Amino acid sequence: MGKDQAGGDQAEGDRERGAASFEARLAAARGRQGLDRPVAASRGTDLPANALALGLRVGVELASALAVAVAIGYGLDRWLHTRPLFLAVFVLLGGAAGVMNVWRLVGPRAARGRR
Amino acid sequence: MAVLAAEGSAIDALGQFRLAHGLGEIGGAVNFTNANEIMLLAGAVLLGLLYFGMKPRAIVPGRLQALVEYLHDFIYNMCLDQIGEEGKRFFPFIFTLFTFILIGNLLGLFPYFFTFTSHIMVTGALAILVIVLVTLVALRIHGLRFFTYFFPAGVPKLLAPLIIPIEILSYLSRPVSLSIRLFANMTAGHVMFEVFASFMIMLVGALGAFGYVLAVAPLAINIALMGFEILVAFLQAYVFAILTCIYLHDAVHLH
Repeated sequence: MGKDQAGGDQAEGDRERGAASFEARLAAARGRQGLDRPVAASRGTDLPANALALGLRVGVELASALAVAVAIGYGLDRWLHTRPLFLAVFVLLGGAAGVMNVWRLVGPRAARGRR
Repeated sequence: MAVLAAEGSAIDALGQFRLAHGLGEIGGAVNFTNANEIMLLAGAVLLGLLYFGMKPRAIVPGRLQALVEYLHDFIYNMCLDQIGEEGKRFFPFIFTLFTFILIGNLLGLFPYFFTFTSHIMVTGALAILVIVLVTLVALRIHGLRFFTYFFPAGVPKLLAPLIIPIEILSYLSRPVSLSIRLFANMTAGHVMFEVFASFMIMLVGALGAFGYVLAVAPLAINIALMGFEILVAFLQAYVFAILTCIYLHDAVHLH
């Protein structure tokens, strides 16, 4: 820390320039050797890569919405003694919610904006 | 994977998920189970990894430090990519969640170890934690405007009575699908281990020396399955973390 301010800035600038050129040379060398994998097209999405995982995701999305809906419908019916009114209504709504979950998962990007 | 036990000819595939008391007398008194033991171990492994990994603080990292740095950068970039700038604030939470589930999944693959992520009580608690946090974050940032989330812009007003319940159900189904996915994947994998391992014992028991030859087939399947389960352990921890990030993104940005 004995250096004056200007000298310190100079050294700092040199180091930064050296680091930047090192990064550039490293990137060029990696490119020549073919070490960098191409950036995956699926970046930013959460779609599973293989078919089994995708199928499992879709199944779980469908079933979980239905399970929540049935639980709510059954609970409301027990509370209000209206069986099977709410159960019937919520099974339909739950099925729709499940389909919407799946649509958000696999649909076009515009629909996937909200998940 | 718990002890392999083919009692008689029946395959006891679910016995490995049974809880037992850990730590002897004390464990019995305070209901400290074998699942809790592995949870504590997972926490200790993680803290040890972070502590000893970062101890050298080398500019050119060694193996352990490279592992820790890679883990950190991986989650950090995931937070930034999925949530945006605000993701930095949630990084400690996502990191803890991801590493805890990952180490729990991986520890469960060792013989005599308990897989705590194969219990829906555990995954359910984690999912509820996530969804409560997401809802609180959304309420904190957006106040009551959060409730417009359940009625997307551009939808005809006439459809409101239909869309709003569906959106609410879809929102409520998140913790369920989050917890079931992790629990089902871990349980299914360990049941398959148990079933194929039982096949080996049953073959030897029924056919003697010839059984040893045939038992190579289920053994080969189990070896392949082990590789697959290591993949699943990473994948499910990743899916849990990235879905949490996506939910947090929704909470922060509220389309």
